[in-house]
Amino acid sequence: MGSISVSCLLVLSLLLHTAHADDINVAVASNFTAPMKEIASLFEHASGHKVRLSFGASGKFYAQIKHGAPFHLFFSADQQKPAQLEREELIVPGSRFTYAVGQLALWSAQEGFIKANPDRLLALQFNKLAIANPKLAPYGVAAIDVLEHLALIDRTKSRWVHGENIAQTYQFVSTGNADLGFVALSQIMKEGRLKAGSSWIIPEALYTPIKQDAVLLRSGEDSPAAQALLRFMKTEQAEAIMQSYGYKPLARTQ
Amino acid sequence: MSFSEADLTAIWLTLRLATTVTLLLLLIGTPIAWWLARTQSVWKAPVAAIVALPLILPPTVLGFYLLIAMGPHGFFGQFTQSLGLGTLPFTFWGLVVASIFYSMPFVVQPIQNAMEAIGERPLEVAATLRAGPLDRFFSVVLPLAKPGFITASILGFAHTVGEFGIILMIGGNIPGETRVISVQIYDHVEALEFMQAHALSGAMLLFSFSVLLALYWLQRKQKIALLN
Amino acid sequence: MKPNLSDNPIRASFQLKHQSSNPKRHTDQFTLDVDLTLPGSGVSVIFGPSGSGKTTLLRCIAGLETPDQGNLIVNGEVWQNASLFMPTHRRPVGYVFQESSLFPHLTAGGNLAYARKRAGKKISAQLYDHAIEIMGINDILHRSPQQLSGGERQRVAIARALLINPRLLLMDEPLASLDKRRKQEIIPYLERLGATLDIPIIYVSHSMDEVTRLADHVVVLKQGKVATQGGLTEVFSHIDLPLDYGDDTGVVLQGQVVERDPKWHLARIAFSDGELWVRDRGDALHQSVRVRVLARDISLTLTPSTQSSILNTLAVKVDAITGDSDEAMSFVRLKTGEEYLIARLTCRSVDYLQLKPGQSLWAQIKSVAIVR
Repeated sequence: MGSISVSCLLVLSLLLHTAHADDINVAVASNFTAPMKEIASLFEHASGHKVRLSFGASGKFYAQIKHGAPFHLFFSADQQKPAQLEREELIVPGSRFTYAVGQLALWSAQEGFIKANPDRLLALQFNKLAIANPKLAPYGVAAIDVLEHLALIDRTKSRWVHGENIAQTYQFVSTGNADLGFVALSQIMKEGRLKAGSSWIIPEALYTPIKQDAVLLRSGEDSPAAQALLRFMKTEQAEAIMQSYGYKPLARTQ
Repeated sequence: MSFSEADLTAIWLTLRLATTVTLLLLLIGTPIAWWLARTQSVWKAPVAAIVALPLILPPTVLGFYLLIAMGPHGFFGQFTQSLGLGTLPFTFWGLVVASIFYSMPFVVQPIQNAMEAIGERPLEVAATLRAGPLDRFFSVVLPLAKPGFITASILGFAHTVGEFGIILMIGGNIPGETRVISVQIYDHVEALEFMQAHALSGAMLLFSFSVLLALYWLQRKQKIALLN
Repeated sequence: MKPNLSDNPIRASFQLKHQSSNPKRHTDQFTLDVDLTLPGSGVSVIFGPSGSGKTTLLRCIAGLETPDQGNLIVNGEVWQNASLFMPTHRRPVGYVFQESSLFPHLTAGGNLAYARKRAGKKISAQLYDHAIEIMGINDILHRSPQQLSGGERQRVAIARALLINPRLLLMDEPLASLDKRRKQEIIPYLERLGATLDIPIIYVSHSMDEVTRLADHVVVLKQGKVATQGGLTEVFSHIDLPLDYGDDTGVVLQGQVVERDPKWHLARIAFSDGELWVRDRGDALHQSVRVRVLARDISLTLTPSTQSSILNTLAVKVDAITGDSDEAMSFVRLKTGEEYLIARLTCRSVDYLQLKPGQSLWAQIKSVAIVR
């Protein structure tokens, strides 16, 4: 419902703004909401282009794009959906690239509930463990990786609760309904510091990197603004913003 | 159409949830409806408004508040913990509690309407036939409000089956415990498993249509019976 | 049956200010203020025009209204006073409502069973069969109320009221919702009821016909107050009352069949002091009957005329003369033996005959009807 009305609004505003060739519509995965807002405002300021951002689940955006939603750019939370769009020839060939790498954290809303280690997890001293649905969310897949590495799958399974996405997983933990949860570092960090509670930032070695890919869609092929924003994502300014929100700098991963 | 084991688990869970909720709601909703139908109290309007809230409130709002209220720091969570029941989110009974709130107006309102339609007279008649207040309620009000109870049961059941937003918020998507059909469909769609989504969605569509058809058919039959 | 006021009487007094719940009639605030003593047996009819408070009074007796002040003693048992209010379901009253009040979810028999189950004491099969027989509803017990005629429904409702084993039967215009034919069909059942039941019946009506046929005792209500009360013959021979029934004004006489004339199909009815010939309705000799003589059917002559088609001529004495709401008419109360008659004459005739109280003359009665 919500995304349908968002799309309707978009279509409407597009009709009203066809004269401005430098307006672009950008679909962004929810986990990247905060950094993208900052980056876009910086970009608008620097370039004079206008960026309209839509935030939501990658899966929904994928379905909408497939059915002709008027987005110029798509910033997914994973690599599968952009790759799928590429196979379906809905993107400008060669435009797919990894714009950010998400980091996973084990988090509790209580101060001092966990130290910077997996001890409490291993000791099973918690009521519920919130995990993003691995079927739907890349962070969920990563969380399962971690539990596998720690040989905790079978021992913790009965305590799992699934958030449909990483935002809901965060909610379960922040309301105290789950003592622990695997969340995105970007959710609990601001300006390089933990916002609240206690956490263990999980070493990269324990899970497959959570690469988030972006693509230039067919409708953005002739848009200078869309291409400019893609270039801007790779600048130091943009990377600094991502880093402050707990995303790993691209330069170090690529 | 064929269903996977997970789908069947979700279907069974959903039916169990809807049945439990409907039965409990008939128990809880009947006195509320009776009070609303009879009272002259100034509290009638506020109580009626609270009962009707889920009709207009987005399920996410209700789900959000329930998540907080039933959580370890919420008042309801404190209450259930003090009873030694732990906290309710992510459990079947948590869904039951949430669904009771969510489907309340669909059960209370038809019963209340049916009870109001009875009027004063049959109760006066029963009183002159030496039936006490409780006796009047069971021997006159309940049978005469039967159409309201049938409508309430059907709507309460169907509405619980179709519940999604709240369950998503407080369920935690646990197979066999909180993963109901609507959540399972959502998962299928999000995971791009459109075939499975089709099967379950089709079944839901058919179910909802049959329920409404049965309801309207029943109401028509009752009207005809009344006219004769 | 002569009602006896000392025989387990019903004492009732109620004061009630009634704000009409109908917003359209919000202005007419109705006040009931009555203090009554009713006989402990026979049929007492609460009589009066609509809006006079008859139904409200009956509802007070049943406990369906809560008056501002009320005292009610039935058969020596206090049902209501300043500190006590016995709720309706504890009062052993049978109540027959004006319109059909059968439970639609039960059959006619089911409605009876509902009452029987809740009766104060066990209702024997004999009593049950008797109630069904009096009301003549044996063949319709399996039907649902929707399948019954208005008259059948009321008969079932009356039987139902009897089956709770009441000590007092209250009937609120049970015939009002029926057409004339159905009324005639049901009245004999009510008459039988009055004759066979040994409990008092309080019957609300605004129909002169029903009163004269059913009442032993009459209470006339007007604007929430008791205008008069007493035995049937007594109440309707008052002319000083604010009772003006127009063409329906008349008296009721209680008499006995003393002769039947098969040739002319006539019967001779004897009263305390006088007799009347009426059409023979088939009543047995010595049968007690009630006849009604309307004021408009009486004319007065100074001499006993034999050369007339008039069958009945009585020697009477003028008792009182009063005006009518119609300027041209007067009521004249006449005494014959212990009985009273009322004649309705034009003022001109009153003047022509120079009528004054104490004067003796002859009343010619054009028509008399046995009402019971």
